[in-house]
Amino acid sequence: MELFRIKRDIPFMSYGRLTTAISLVTFILAVFFLATRGLNYSVEFTGGTVLEVQYQQSADLNLIRDSVDSLKLGEATVQSLGSSSDVMIRLPNKPGTTSAQLSDKVMSLLKAKDSTVQLRKVDFVGPSVGEELVTHGLTAAILVCLGIMAYLAIRFEWRFAVSAIIANMHDVVIILGCFAFFRWEFSLTVLAGVLAVLGYSVNESVVVFDRIRENFRKPGLRGKTTASIIDNAITATMSRTIITHFSTEMMVVSMLVFGGPALHGFAMALTIGIIFGIYSSVLVASPIALWLGVSREHMVKPVKPKEEAVV
Amino acid sequence: MNRYPLWKYLVIAVALIIATIYTLPNFYGETPAVQVSSTRQSITVDTALMGRVEEALKAQNISPDGLYLDGSSLKIRFKDADTQIKARDAIQHALGDSYIIALNLLPASPQWLANLKAYPMFLGLDLRGGVHFLLQVDMQAAIDKTMERYAGDIRRELKNKQVRYGSIKRNGNVLEVQLRDADTLKAAQNVVSRTLPTLVVSSDDAAYKLTATLKPEEVTKIQGDAVKQNISTLHNRVNELGTSEPIIQQAGPNRIVVELPGIQDTARAKDIIGRTATLEVRMVEDDQGKVSDALAGNIPAGYDLLDEATSHGDSKILVKKDVELTGDNINDAQAGFDENGAPAVHINLDSTGASIFRQVTAENIGKRMAMILVEKGRAEVVTAPVIRSEIGGGRVQISGSMNPAEANDTALLLRAGSLAAPMNIIEERTVGPSLGKENIEKGFHSTLWGFAAIAVFMVIYYGVFGVFSAISLAVNVFLLLAILSILQATLTLPGIAAIALALGMAIDANVLINERIREELRNGVPPHSAIQAGYGHAWATILDSNVTTLIAGLALLIFGSGPVRGFAVVHCIGILTSMFSAVLVSRGLVNLWYGRRRKLTSLAIGQVWKPEK
Repeated sequence: MELFRIKRDIPFMSYGRLTTAISLVTFILAVFFLATRGLNYSVEFTGGTVLEVQYQQSADLNLIRDSVDSLKLGEATVQSLGSSSDVMIRLPNKPGTTSAQLSDKVMSLLKAKDSTVQLRKVDFVGPSVGEELVTHGLTAAILVCLGIMAYLAIRFEWRFAVSAIIANMHDVVIILGCFAFFRWEFSLTVLAGVLAVLGYSVNESVVVFDRIRENFRKPGLRGKTTASIIDNAITATMSRTIITHFSTEMMVVSMLVFGGPALHGFAMALTIGIIFGIYSSVLVASPIALWLGVSREHMVKPVKPKEEAVV
Repeated sequence: MNRYPLWKYLVIAVALIIATIYTLPNFYGETPAVQVSSTRQSITVDTALMGRVEEALKAQNISPDGLYLDGSSLKIRFKDADTQIKARDAIQHALGDSYIIALNLLPASPQWLANLKAYPMFLGLDLRGGVHFLLQVDMQAAIDKTMERYAGDIRRELKNKQVRYGSIKRNGNVLEVQLRDADTLKAAQNVVSRTLPTLVVSSDDAAYKLTATLKPEEVTKIQGDAVKQNISTLHNRVNELGTSEPIIQQAGPNRIVVELPGIQDTARAKDIIGRTATLEVRMVEDDQGKVSDALAGNIPAGYDLLDEATSHGDSKILVKKDVELTGDNINDAQAGFDENGAPAVHINLDSTGASIFRQVTAENIGKRMAMILVEKGRAEVVTAPVIRSEIGGGRVQISGSMNPAEANDTALLLRAGSLAAPMNIIEERTVGPSLGKENIEKGFHSTLWGFAAIAVFMVIYYGVFGVFSAISLAVNVFLLLAILSILQATLTLPGIAAIALALGMAIDANVLINERIREELRNGVPPHSAIQAGYGHAWATILDSNVTTLIAGLALLIFGSGPVRGFAVVHCIGILTSMFSAVLVSRGLVNLWYGRRRKLTSLAIGQVWKPEK
């Protein structure tokens, strides 16, 4: 079976203007939603207490909300989690009361109303921890970018490094934009997913760049323009791109289906990352590399003696 | 031409055998067990104890499945949870309070695997249920306490040397001594800098003021000690919960992580961790008449009959109800040696404590005084030394009839009564046991079905080469699980997600290779060369793409905390194993299958479509 029967190189580079426009629009939209709606940070970042409880039958959210409100613990959020019998209660930090007292209080109240309720999980995070997580997360992201750029600059060329990172950041911002738009919860696990996408999506660009470099070195493609060499590289790696991403996505879908609420955000981040990863490495990274003026001279330098021998 | 030398096959075979052995324990499950350990260095867990336990169990007609000493603890296996609980009660009854008797789950893998140090993966709290706390030590409080102690010391030293001073004030981390004139200022400076070398002393000649601050290294030491102190106190308290494998460790300069797997009663856990123990000094009554009355169950008014735990077993001791001194006045307690070289405990009292102590000791020479640790209403005598002479100056030494281990225990317990600095819970996670089980199940199913989908797709799309890819992907899972088991790295739910993702990403290498081989075939290259060229060309790409992914993984590992780190560990290992399996193992399979066929005309790599020329 061969799914991709491409007879001629697809002139991806000539769509450059269109794809850049699309990217720009999605990017600006993502930034817009991030700025206006903001991320729905989980308790790990904001601080506060989250309780997950499970009832035997489906739970009456309003009743729970009323009873939690009666404790006067500040603005509490009560929502169902996955199924109607699982409930998540989120409480803000309140100076003076410890989490221990807080969760015990809520539980004893809920137990009094319905004895079948079971405590599944409590997360309490103090106010100072959240800030640290944000700084650490940002440091990690910056470090990832710098590390990848340095490696690509050494192995390939700085133009490739820059365009790969731009394409990547574009993916990450779009993932974050989606999380802001849909108000999905942004937790530490999602952050792990986003940073993993950073590494994964570079993969994609690396595969294409690798092909571009190889094409530059091929004697058969000497007379071709840089644009057509890039087109050829993308076309040649096209089926691999689609199949790989399809396979990874099957795994991610499996996580979406079987993973339950704990892995939902993670799998969602990866799904968006994979879809935009394909798009950005093919239609963002390469045009930028072209625009930055990458050419044969940049790539064939390291193998010069060999080339002379061939010619 | 596509043949591996024998050693390469051997490398693969050895890796597979090792991987199988170390993955095996994960499939055996766990059996219920009871674990006996000791809180004190002076009470050892040894074969004698093993005999006592065995007898106690025999008396109750309970037959254990296995009984063995493991380091400093005794582990006893049982066939079901009911026997386990019965046995726990029997052992508890027989041994008393000096030991920690905890319920535990032990891996059920056979002994030969345990001998090879093959254990199941270490599951995180989100997979097995339990409580996690992050505690922050209030460092300022620790330093304040030290500064107060130094203020007392300066006062005492100046008095001893008869240097007249106006007042001693503590202003934040600075001590200010007001003096009368230049002479006393100079004298005071001499005294302080000679007797208290850990202070930095400077003088203000115009205002006759002496200021003293802590040396920076002293501040670091105080902070380090405060955390260490709190950790050892926490150890004592957590032991009371009877958790089998508590984790208590320092995290960062002023934080402590406490993880209690399998704890159900979280309210009690929080209570015990957050509570404060107090130390009381009271006088012992050695009047034989009163003691025998008390032992007969008739305790005289104004007295308490308390337990004293020693290495020879428990004994009773009669003490007065009046508290002479509390742990608040104790600054420090350290194990050391006395002037004769015998093990001793050195106690350092603050100025109030010192003056009370001088008075008490002066009035009670020849009598015994008891140091009592009161925790949650339960009082226990730590030590009850005889007062030989009046003790002034706030430096107390307890010595005689103890070995170094006992001295250590005593110092630890005395310090426990005076926690170095208060702690606050800044993070808490509780995961119910049912949620833990569900998380394992969900993670397992995600990985399994994802893997199945990928394998089926690969086989359909790439034929025999797809089978090779699927097999090497399976090898990847084995290797990953084996390495995680060997490292005993903590596996969490994000870790399972990372396993799934590692598989999803590892297939990239195989797709690259297979596509490359097809491309070579499409260009009319003969099969054997196509395999060679396909693997050769793909290798550079695989390396590059894996290195970039690894960079991301390492950054996560370094900067991540909690769930992110759990993810990153597996992610990084997964990248390494996938390079091994996707390249070396799949090539090995290809070579094994095709290598010996000289006249190879086609490869079963699915349909290779050629554009019409």
